[in-house]
Amino acid sequence: MAEDDDLDLNSLDDDELVKQMHDDLYDGLKEEIEESVHILLNRGWAPYRVLTEALVEGMRIVGIDFRDGILFVPEVLLAANAMKGGMFILRPLLVETGAPKLGTMVIGTVKGDIHDIGKNLVSMMMEGAGFEVIDLGINNPVEKYLDALEEHKPDILGMSALLTTTMPYMKVVIDTMKEKGIRDDYVVLVGGAPLNEAFAEAVGADAYCRDAAVAVETAKEFMKRRHNRQGAA
Amino acid sequence: MPAVQPTPSVIPGATTQQRTLLVACGALAREVVELIRVNGWDHLTVSCLPAAWHNTPEKIPEGVRQRIRDSRGRFDRFLVLYGDCGTGGLLDQVLAEEGAERIAGPHCYAFYAGDAVFDALAEAEIGSFYLTDYLVRHFDRLIIQGLGLDRHPELRDLYFGNYKKLVYLAQTEDPDLKTRAAAAAGQLGLAFDYHFTGYGGLGDFMDRPARQEPAREAVLCPS
Repeated sequence: MAEDDDLDLNSLDDDELVKQMHDDLYDGLKEEIEESVHILLNRGWAPYRVLTEALVEGMRIVGIDFRDGILFVPEVLLAANAMKGGMFILRPLLVETGAPKLGTMVIGTVKGDIHDIGKNLVSMMMEGAGFEVIDLGINNPVEKYLDALEEHKPDILGMSALLTTTMPYMKVVIDTMKEKGIRDDYVVLVGGAPLNEAFAEAVGADAYCRDAAVAVETAKEFMKRRHNRQGAA
Repeated sequence: MPAVQPTPSVIPGATTQQRTLLVACGALAREVVELIRVNGWDHLTVSCLPAAWHNTPEKIPEGVRQRIRDSRGRFDRFLVLYGDCGTGGLLDQVLAEEGAERIAGPHCYAFYAGDAVFDALAEAEIGSFYLTDYLVRHFDRLIIQGLGLDRHPELRDLYFGNYKKLVYLAQTEDPDLKTRAAAAAGQLGLAFDYHFTGYGGLGDFMDRPARQEPAREAVLCPS
């Protein structure tokens, strides 16, 4: 619309601008998101506040409408791409300002599988929620997962698969962790289009996450339980 | 006109055959109908579900269940022409509950090419994106429009950035389809590879109930 084209983001007050950012994320407008992030930072907003109130909240709305069948994969990808633009600006500032950190996650697509759209969304949303994310990429053999667990000592291991033929590999990884006696050192979350809760239980994962938003909520829940356990110990 | 068609051959067969409903993915309709026509498998009735479910496999299990239930009483047997097709075993659960059986394999690429050939292709290049005759014919609708690339071409590399090669598993030797498949590879920025598979395991599976009949006289099956 012409009015939207002419909209001066600087003219909006903070509340209006944040609402506009939610709309712009929904519409996948990366440049507008980048501009708005800069505006809020220039107005003295803390990077963590920009992240949570503007970007994460905007993506939460996108996630709900995706779950309800109002938005589809292409729109979610565009929204994610817009958020990525904002995150790129905020990431170094978040490190400098010491934003709260909820935990660490190692995540990767399993061996034989090159699909990473869902995994990338989870990585981004987890990062937005305050997790440090070590993303191993695609086609990961068990050794690569184990090396990453050893190196980064994360709280959570996330595994993703899109193919019916590759998802059983998650059991290979979990069984190897059991053999090495390290299974219970980590929360193991699994996800991917053909998976379900029964599969997650069968392979010995802690939970199945049907989408990125659920992954974040599940991860937060497990982190609370961990802290409670540690507190009680 | 495709150069290779299923060739009828006569084997001892049945006079009384079970009325069989083939519940098939719409992407197989042309091939299934052709096999029935060539072989005279009059006891087989085909009922297709939307091929567009290729992009939304979560709809397949309950869609198949409903089609079977809607037809119960009118058929003696239900054969399902779907692989697991990304249902993560849920389709198999439904079929066990409904007393139906499906063609073996994870997807149509495998039962067209055969497991050994498909595994070798996947082993040779993990980043292979597969098309069949159907998917070549409907590439624009299912892939380009289905993934929103017509509206957002900038998403191409997000979807296909990890792929290296488009592999066309051809059911028929059709130069026009081959040209279109090569063009599709170009559109996605992928190398192109061509393998003629014919109808693979499709005919054998459709013929199976007839083979199991005790007193048979004649049935035609593809070579």
